Amino acid sequence: MPLRKKMEPKTVNNNFKSEEYFINMGPQHPATHGVLRLLLTIDGEIIKKVEPDLGYIHRSIEKMCERDSYQQIVHLTDRMDYLSSHINNEAVCLTVENALQLEVPERVKVIRTIIGELTRIASHCLWWGVMGMDVGALTTYFYGFRDREMINDIFEETCGARLTMNYNIPGGVMYDIHPNFIQRTKDFVKHFKTKIPEYDRLLTGNVIFQKRMKGVGILSKEDAISFGASGPVGRGSGYSCDVRKHHPYSALDKVTFNESLKTAGDSLARYEVRIMEMWESLSIIEQLIDNIPEGDYKVATNAVIKLPKGEYYQKVETARGELGVYMVSTGTKNPYRVKFRSPGLSNISLLNHIAVGGKIGDLVATMATLDIVVPDIDR
Amino acid sequence: MNISLSITKTIHEWLFSIMSETAASITEMILIATVYLAVFAVFGLYLVLLERKVAAWFQLRLGPNRVGFKGLFQTMADALKLVSKELTGTVKADKFLYNLAPYFVIVSALMALAVFPFTQEFQAFDINIGIFFLIAISSIGVIGILMGGWASNNKFALIGAMRSGVQTISYELSVGLSLLTMVLITGSLQLSEIVEVQKSGWLIIQGHIPAIIAFMVYMIAGTAETNRAPFDMVEAESELGAGFHTEYSGMKFAYFFLAEFINMFIIAAIATTIFFGAWLSPFGITESIPWLGVFWFLGKTLVIVFLMMWFRWTFPRLRVDQLLTLEWKYLLPINLVNIVIMAFVVWQNLIIQL
Repeated sequence: MPLRKKMEPKTVNNNFKSEEYFINMGPQHPATHGVLRLLLTIDGEIIKKVEPDLGYIHRSIEKMCERDSYQQIVHLTDRMDYLSSHINNEAVCLTVENALQLEVPERVKVIRTIIGELTRIASHCLWWGVMGMDVGALTTYFYGFRDREMINDIFEETCGARLTMNYNIPGGVMYDIHPNFIQRTKDFVKHFKTKIPEYDRLLTGNVIFQKRMKGVGILSKEDAISFGASGPVGRGSGYSCDVRKHHPYSALDKVTFNESLKTAGDSLARYEVRIMEMWESLSIIEQLIDNIPEGDYKVATNAVIKLPKGEYYQKVETARGELGVYMVSTGTKNPYRVKFRSPGLSNISLLNHIAVGGKIGDLVATMATLDIVVPDIDR
Repeated sequence: MNISLSITKTIHEWLFSIMSETAASITEMILIATVYLAVFAVFGLYLVLLERKVAAWFQLRLGPNRVGFKGLFQTMADALKLVSKELTGTVKADKFLYNLAPYFVIVSALMALAVFPFTQEFQAFDINIGIFFLIAISSIGVIGILMGGWASNNKFALIGAMRSGVQTISYELSVGLSLLTMVLITGSLQLSEIVEVQKSGWLIIQGHIPAIIAFMVYMIAGTAETNRAPFDMVEAESELGAGFHTEYSGMKFAYFFLAEFINMFIIAAIATTIFFGAWLSPFGITESIPWLGVFWFLGKTLVIVFLMMWFRWTFPRLRVDQLLTLEWKYLLPINLVNIVIMAFVVWQNLIIQL
């Protein structure tokens, strides 16, 4: 819909109170983390209505998938939620493998899980840095990036890329892990265990931060379920929705970890859930890193993969929540239809619900705890 | 008139010996104004550099280190760039107010510098209402911010300006009252006399408990006065983009920017003068080498400036309603009680004299 048409009916609305005014937050605004546009109706400082306007970075990934082969689709998913690109790749690979009833080696499963958890930590590090920046503590950004950099270095050595990793392929992973991988991951785990308490000292315990977060942006468990919230947003409201726990995939059934749950449902709860998740991811990595089974790093597939006719669905837990991949195959080398159920889209849909009544500062802080990645919303 | 202009006695006497009294006064005023303008423009630039270096130190970075030796000319280069930039503006801006606003801010910042006793001889404008003058002048700056935000024809700028008005008017009370607490000891508003009183111990020691409370309140309120984090509601880059100076570019933006840093210096300099003995050395050797006073004054001021930078780079930002709660529900009552305590201390002569 053209911009102008959308705006006009609201300015001539008879119910429009004289004190209220519109403000256009984005698409180029530092707090929207990308090209998200928010139409705010504000009374002074108080938010009356938030309307997210999406589509500024829509690249028709789902349509492009219909054109591409199954190996190529994997690479497109990097560009959705670029902060958990490995897990996105894994979701597509698992779907294809399930459809082909392909049993991948144990080694692949363990490698995928370790790198997936490292990705989750890297994503949460970035989120933590940006979260601090959104509430005005600029220093956190650099601390988060310091630790994320170590993970990126590990990825660079093994996968050859730092952000869009393309490490998974249907049937396994592209290369075997680098000889340094195990040692560097262990070093990182040791390093990061001393750094999460530092995060707490710098930001979590700060009285201003607590005041900004506690009791702000409250989302009840019922609303979380009805809005389809997933990931830390849902778990912050006490909604047990960890796909890793309920529908384990790869090597996640072999490890023991706790689902991070908080019942308060406010911004602080969502924040704490992510900090707890970093600890849990560290424990998962620790359980797996010492016993990566020997064996092949992939099984051979046909050069042209053709899925049997039918519908396939696989969900995984990305750093932001539940990513579902739904594929319809007619037996050709391309899928007939691919649909991604992205966590970002359902999480942004509840922004209006939890931000109304707060101040502009609250909106920014609440949006930061939703941890939105705009290319994941728009695809 | 109780105004004595003396940058140093020698220049003063020399000027008055070669021309008539009026001409000499005017020449001296222009001379002092030029020197102050030049010195503090450069000083402001180096405060920016200091802030960037301190920020880098807190943030595991190196900071500017390319232009000049160890990046010493970085902010000079930035200023040159800003001078050469085009002055842009919004279409429906109120041109007159829009252009006037930066000057209000920078002039009020520079005017306040006139009264500081950098050392015994080095005080441009020693009036008997020194503290009152400082409080009065520092509140003019907010008019410039309000004007800039209003005239920009930008809603983000307007929100920033509204916040600024609310914030500065609220926190001025605490700044004024905490300084008033200290005036109870000195019995004078004149800055040179306040320094004279401190020859028997800095006021923060003389006034002990109430003075320390007053200092804490002053630092919180002073940081809020300068619109710096954690009270940077006015700019709040994650909420409002750049706040009131969103639509300013080039030199006009530079004035706002420079004024922010000079204001920070002023708040620190007031704290030095009132609480930490201005140019008095902690070891009592200032009397023999008078120019060393400047060193002590700037040294103490920069320590407090560092404290304010420390606030900025470690604290998250407050929300606008929490900002007002802090002032009206906590700082103001504490301040009023503190004045009563201080009055009691002075009345019962419980002052610690070294």
